[in-house]
Amino acid sequence: MTEKQKLVVIGNGMAPGRMLEHLFETAPDAYDVTIFNAEPRVNYDRIMLSPVLSGEKSFEDIIIHGDGWYIEHGVMLYKGHKVVEIDREAKTVRSEHGEVAAYDKLVIATGSAPFIIPVPGHKLPGVLTYRDLDDVDAMLVAAQSRGKAVVIGGGLLGLEAAAGLKERGMDVTVIHLMPSLMERQLDPAAGYLLEQELESRGIKVITKASTKQILGDSRVEGIELEDGTIIPATLVVMAVGIRPSAALAKDAGLSVNRGIVVSDHMQTSDPDIYSVGECVEVNGNVYGLVAPLYQMAEVAASHLAGDAGKRFVETSTATKLKVTGINLYSVGDFAEAEDREEIVLRDAAAGVYKRLVLKDNKILGVVLYGDTADGAWFFDHLKKKTDISEMRESLIFGQAYQGGSPMDPMAAVAALPDDAEICGCNGVCKGKITGAITSKGLTGLDEVRAHTKASASCGTCTGLVEQLLALTLGDAYNPAAVTPMCGCTELGHDDVRRLIKAKELKTIPAVMQELEWKTSCGCAKCRPALNYYLVCDWPDEYADDYQSRFINERVHANIQKDGTYSVVPRMWGGMTNSKELRAIADVVDKFDIPAVKCTGGMRIDMLGIKKEDLPAVWADLGKAGFVSGQAYAKGLRTVKTCVGTDWCRFGTQDSTGLGIKLEKFMWGSWTPAKLKLAVSGCPRNCAEATCKDIGVICVDSGYEIHFAGAAGLDIKGTEILGHVKTEDEVMEHVVALAQMYREQGRYLERIYKWAKRVGLDEIRRQIMDEPEKRKSYYDRFVFSQKFAQVDPWSERVSGKDKHEFNPMATLSLEAAE
Amino acid sequence: MNALTQTWVRVGTLSDIPQRGARCVKNGDMSIAIFRTADDQVFALEDKCPHRNGPLSQGIVHDGCVTCPLHNWVISLETGAAQGADEGQTLSFPVRLDGDVIVLNLGVSK
Repeated sequence: MTEKQKLVVIGNGMAPGRMLEHLFETAPDAYDVTIFNAEPRVNYDRIMLSPVLSGEKSFEDIIIHGDGWYIEHGVMLYKGHKVVEIDREAKTVRSEHGEVAAYDKLVIATGSAPFIIPVPGHKLPGVLTYRDLDDVDAMLVAAQSRGKAVVIGGGLLGLEAAAGLKERGMDVTVIHLMPSLMERQLDPAAGYLLEQELESRGIKVITKASTKQILGDSRVEGIELEDGTIIPATLVVMAVGIRPSAALAKDAGLSVNRGIVVSDHMQTSDPDIYSVGECVEVNGNVYGLVAPLYQMAEVAASHLAGDAGKRFVETSTATKLKVTGINLYSVGDFAEAEDREEIVLRDAAAGVYKRLVLKDNKILGVVLYGDTADGAWFFDHLKKKTDISEMRESLIFGQAYQGGSPMDPMAAVAALPDDAEICGCNGVCKGKITGAITSKGLTGLDEVRAHTKASASCGTCTGLVEQLLALTLGDAYNPAAVTPMCGCTELGHDDVRRLIKAKELKTIPAVMQELEWKTSCGCAKCRPALNYYLVCDWPDEYADDYQSRFINERVHANIQKDGTYSVVPRMWGGMTNSKELRAIADVVDKFDIPAVKCTGGMRIDMLGIKKEDLPAVWADLGKAGFVSGQAYAKGLRTVKTCVGTDWCRFGTQDSTGLGIKLEKFMWGSWTPAKLKLAVSGCPRNCAEATCKDIGVICVDSGYEIHFAGAAGLDIKGTEILGHVKTEDEVMEHVVALAQMYREQGRYLERIYKWAKRVGLDEIRRQIMDEPEKRKSYYDRFVFSQKFAQVDPWSERVSGKDKHEFNPMATLSLEAAE
Repeated sequence: MNALTQTWVRVGTLSDIPQRGARCVKNGDMSIAIFRTADDQVFALEDKCPHRNGPLSQGIVHDGCVTCPLHNWVISLETGAAQGADEGQTLSFPVRLDGDVIVLNLGVSK
C-alpha cells in the first residue's frame, strides 16, 4: 500500500465537512486529514442558527460532526486555530498559535465574513453581526434584558435574526435600505405580505431607510437614520450581506477576484490547492446558499479521490425563510420583461400569493407566499423546462388540480417523479428517500433524517418527507397519532399513565405484558418513565426498580464526562454553618477532591469523586448531619431563599424559614422532571422566584404563589397561581400543585410545559378554587412522602447496593492460568 | 503445546451482578464491563462507549443492548456495535457461564 497523502483543510464549516464525508466514503484510506478551525468547536449546521436563536433548538441539536466523528476518521482537528500563512514553496500552513502542518493537498474553506457598514459607531459594544454561534450567544445575552433591538438589513438573515430576537422577548425594529423586504428573493407583492406578517407579530419594519450613525458613548444606545429619525436600542445587529474571506489565499499569491477563483473542479490557480464554500468564486459567481456549497464539496471530494468526472454546474436554488409560521418560497428569475408572461393568484383572506413567471410556455421563476406546498413541483418543471401549455389554465392552482378533479394532497407527492428534489439543502431526491424507507425498514421522520439527511438541515421539507413516509408505509405510518413513548409501544405517555391506574398495573413487567410492549424488557426511554409512573401512582406498593433508573439516580450522584461523580449535600434553604463547612473541607482533603464549586441553587458541589469513594464520602458527610441534596434527581432539588425578615431591611415575611419548611416537607419526592423552588422575602425578589418551577413572593399582605417559570433551555417568567395569607396556606397550595404535576406530567416534562399543555386556568381552578380537590392532592403527597423520605446516602453507607460501587474483580497477570 | 494460549479467567458468579445490570472487572488499565441480561445471559465489553468513552457499565441494560449514560448511544452487548444510525464499535470479549461461575476470555496471549 502506498503512503497516505497529507490533506490539510483550513476551515471547518458545512462545505468542508460535507467534502470530507464524501471523501471518507469514496477513498477512506487516501489521506491523513488535518483541519484548522478558527472557531473553538466542532462542525455544526450554520443554517440552523436561527432556530437556536429563537429557542426552538439547542446547539447540541445542530452539531453535524461530534468529536467522535473526528476520532473515528483519524482527523486531527485544531479547534480555535486560525491559519495565518500558507507557504506554497514549502507546502505548509501556519496557525496563529505557531502550529505548522505540511500538506500534499490543501483545501481552503475560509467561508465569508459579514459585511459591516462603516458608519460612525459601528465598533461600539452592542453592535453584532449574525454569522456564527458566538454571535447567537451574544444576542441571547443581550436579549435577556428584554430591551430594544435594531436589525439593519431586511434580507433572509436579518429577518430570521429579527424573528428570533422577538421570540426572545425583545422589542425589534428592522431597518431596510430597499423599498421592499428580501428584494433579491421576493417580488414587491410578496415582500409586502411578509412585511404585514412581521408587523402583526410586533416587529417594526422601516423600509427605504439608510443608517447615518450608531449612537452611544461606551456602548450602543440607539441608531440615527439619514432622515434624522432616532431609534433607541441596546442591541444592533448588522445583517447586510457577506463577503468572501479570501485574504489568506490572496496573500499566498492565488488568483482572487471577488472570491478565490477556482475551476469547475474546485482547483485554485495552484493545482494542489482547492477551495470550497462561500469563499469561492466559480464561473464568476459567489454563493451563499447551502445547496451549491454542497455541490462544490462533492466535486472537490471526487477530484481529491482521483475522479475528474464531476464538474460544478450552476443550478437555481430555492430560497426559504426559516421563521416558524411564515411560508415563503422562491426560485429562479422573476423579474418582469417584455417577452415574459406571468400568472398570479392572490387570496387576501387566506394571505396567499403565488406568482409564476413564464417564457415560451416554460416556467422561469416562482414566488410563493402563504401556501408553498407546490414549490417542489413548480421547481421540478422549471428545472426540466417542461412545456406547460397543456395545463396552463390550472397551473397556478398546483399539482393537485392537474388531470381533473382535485386529488388528495398525498397524490401530489405520489405523482412526483423519483428524481424530484425533496430536500434542497442536502440535495436528496424522492427516490433516495423512498428507497431508504423500504430497504432499511425506516418508520419515522428521525430515522429518515439519520439515514438520508433529508429535512435534517433547515427542516422546511419536513412535511414532504412525512408524506413520503405515509405514502411508502401506508397505514403503518400515522403522523397525526399520539407520539408513542418510545419504539417499544404505540401508546403515548398519557395513555400509559391512565392504563396503569385503570388496570392497576403495579410492576414494570405487568405494564409491559398488559399493554403489549413490543420488546422484551423495554429500552432506556420507557423504563425510567414507567418506573417513575409506578413510584408516583403506587408509593406504598411498588418496589422501585433501580435497574430502570438512570445512573445518577441509581448511585445518588451526578456522572461527569470522565466517569467520575459529583456530590451535592442538602443545605436547607441555603443556610449553613461552620461545622458543616468544616466537614466539607475535611472530606475534600481526605478524598483529594479536585474541584469544589457553589451551585446555582445555593449549595456546594464536590466534583471529580471516584465511584468507589462515594460511600465513604457520604459516610463522612453523614456524620456532620448532611443528607443527599438530590441534585441528580427528577425530583425536588433546591429551595432557594433570601434572608427575609431575619436580616433584610426590606423583608416582609420569614422567607428563609418558609423555604426551609418547604424543603423539609418536600425533599425526597420524585417528580416527572426536576423541580426547583424559591421563596423571596419581598417583591425585589432576590431569590429569583419568578423563573422557578414554583416560586413564592412574600408581600405585606401575605404570599403570592408563582409557578411554571423556566431559566434553562427556555427562559420564561412564572405565572401567578394565586395569593394566600398564611404560611400554612402556602404549604397546602404549593404541595397540592406539586402533586397535581406529579400525577399528570409526562416523564421529563418540566412543569412549565405541563402547565402549557393542561392550561393555566385549569390548574388555578383546581388548586385555588376547589378546596376539596386541593386537599386530596395534598393528602396524596403526604402519603407518598412516608415512603420517599429516606436519605439514600445513609442507606448506602449501611450497605445497600454495595455491588454498585466496587469492581467485581481486579485481575493481575498471575491470574492467567 | 499450541503456541497460542486462550486465557480464560474466573471473574465472579452470576449473583454478583444484578439482572439488567453490569459490574466491572479491572484488568490493568482496562476496565471490562460484564453485563447480565433479564434472561441471565452474560456479555463482556470494554467499559468504553465508542462515542466519547462513556462508562457503558453504568448504562441501562435492555434486551440485548446497553444505553450509554453520557449521550444515549445504544450498544449491542453481543458485538459491541453501535445501533441505529450511529457508527462505532466497542471491544467485546468472549464470556461464558460455568454453572454459576462467570468465566472471561481475555483473548489470545502470545
